[in-house]
Amino acid sequence: MTSTTTTISRFQKLIEKNQVIVSSRRKMTNAIMLSITGVMTLLAIIPLFWIVGYVVFKGGQYINLDFFIHTPRPLGMEGGGVLNAIQGTLIVAGLASLIAIPPAVLAAFYAANNPNTPLGIALRFSTDVLSGVPSIVIGLFTYAVLVKPMGHYSGFAGGVAMAILMLPTIIRTTEEMLKLVPHTLREASLGLGAPEWKTSLSVVLPAALNGIITGFLLAIARAAGETAPLLFTALGNERYDLGLIVQSGIAQKQGIFEIFRRVFDQPVDSLPLTLWKYAQQPYPERIEQSWAAALVLMIVILLINIFARLWVEYRKRRLQG
Amino acid sequence: MVTKLEIQTPEKEVIASANKMEIKDLAVFYGKFRAVADINMNIQTNKITAIIGPSGCGKSTLLRSFNRMNDLTPSARVDGEILLDGKNINASGVDVVDVRRRIGMVFQRPNPFPKSIYDNVAYGPRLYGVRRKNDLDDIVEKSLKQAALWDEVRDKLQQSGLSISGGQQQRLCIARALAVEPEVVLMDEPASALDPISTLKIEELMQELKKDYTIVIVTHNMQQAARASDYTAMMMLLKEGERSGTVIEFDATNRIFTNPKDKRTEDYVTGRFG
Repeated sequence: MTSTTTTISRFQKLIEKNQVIVSSRRKMTNAIMLSITGVMTLLAIIPLFWIVGYVVFKGGQYINLDFFIHTPRPLGMEGGGVLNAIQGTLIVAGLASLIAIPPAVLAAFYAANNPNTPLGIALRFSTDVLSGVPSIVIGLFTYAVLVKPMGHYSGFAGGVAMAILMLPTIIRTTEEMLKLVPHTLREASLGLGAPEWKTSLSVVLPAALNGIITGFLLAIARAAGETAPLLFTALGNERYDLGLIVQSGIAQKQGIFEIFRRVFDQPVDSLPLTLWKYAQQPYPERIEQSWAAALVLMIVILLINIFARLWVEYRKRRLQG
Repeated sequence: MVTKLEIQTPEKEVIASANKMEIKDLAVFYGKFRAVADINMNIQTNKITAIIGPSGCGKSTLLRSFNRMNDLTPSARVDGEILLDGKNINASGVDVVDVRRRIGMVFQRPNPFPKSIYDNVAYGPRLYGVRRKNDLDDIVEKSLKQAALWDEVRDKLQQSGLSISGGQQQRLCIARALAVEPEVVLMDEPASALDPISTLKIEELMQELKKDYTIVIVTHNMQQAARASDYTAMMMLLKEGERSGTVIEFDATNRIFTNPKDKRTEDYVTGRFG
């Protein structure tokens, strides 16, 4: 009895003695770890602000209204802009979305509903592989199967290359969003006697729409910033002007399909492509315009991202009431 | 047991004790695993039948086989017969859509669609081709009234079904199930995610609903079964170590809770185990 008591009291004394040391050591370890993680966090966000700040600083000096409303002027002439590239970026990204979104969404539905069928597994495997394919390879592929047979570069080919690039991202995000929809929601609909397709369309899709649309916008934003797939497909076109094409089309009484054909059937430019081309030219004004193009590209992508966030917020408010 | 002849006589008591559903030698399999086996019980018209028992004994599996929700699990298979008004719901040629319209279901957690309150209730009728606004308005109002929710939501029918409280959401789900005019309503622990006041409301509602519907409810809460049900099925694993569940005793609720025949039922309802 006594020996137990003394052991306990000795143990307690030891604890009391150590407590001061232990607690101060614990505080110090905590402080050290906290400062390490804090410094690393700062290091990680420095590149982001550096890039944004530098592009805004360099590009901001040369950007002006002309830059948005004129196509490029010949070297040596004042003014001129990248209207062709802005239009081209929008046209290529828009066409790519039209081509990629419908099959990607339906495939995602299939994969989400039949994950363990051979086709479902094949889809998951191939989206993984496709998302790992370098974008320049996709450009080269499109060149071989589309540009070569057609005989010329075109915005259409650019859109197809971009669509291939967007496919895996959209399929993956859509599938993940569909999987997040609670199973009970599907059951509630099926329990009322609704068929599978009706349940998918009118219950699961609306419930997942937020995430799906965000996925679209992020895929589009990413694709809009790509250069490589357009090198061999859209090529670039300094004279491209959507307004002129439509005006001359109407003036010559061309049908709507003929105008569409002319919009997509010729080479078009894009912002990253312009940036890339201008940046390697030895003329200071081209270098300046390259910085300005970088700024415009960043703004376009930023706007798409902000729009995605706002849309999600708006939908959330409306659904939660 | 009531014979066919008696069902046809118009006397109220006879009709009241008629069998809406009969379950004969039912077994449900998931692949090779037999989840429930040897189920024999009758669900009486306009009565509340409770299914109680410990976790994992197959209560939900049994309930879900009543309106063929198990069809959704690819490996699920059903042996034996489930008769609705004397007809096997699993027979070939029976449309699963028809079964699910006649036998509605309310789930454990409130699961309103992310749509307006109105559209939640109108979802079922629209499935079956009701298009005219007036008809839909009538059905929505009637269903919400039956679910005792009308007075609380009449001014905000266009608000999201997710914007109301959990208890209200569950009653919305009941209204949604009632809107297709089912004959039987299956409830899988409908109050387990709700607070005591909302639970009480659901129980009161069940007493109202049994005038028009036949109700089967799975519950973990024995007081709830004792308070709210007319008949009780006690489920338990067939034997230690085997994971198939079965109904070990099926009787009037009164008798199950005061004078059970099976020792295991007595132990369970008196709280000695489980």
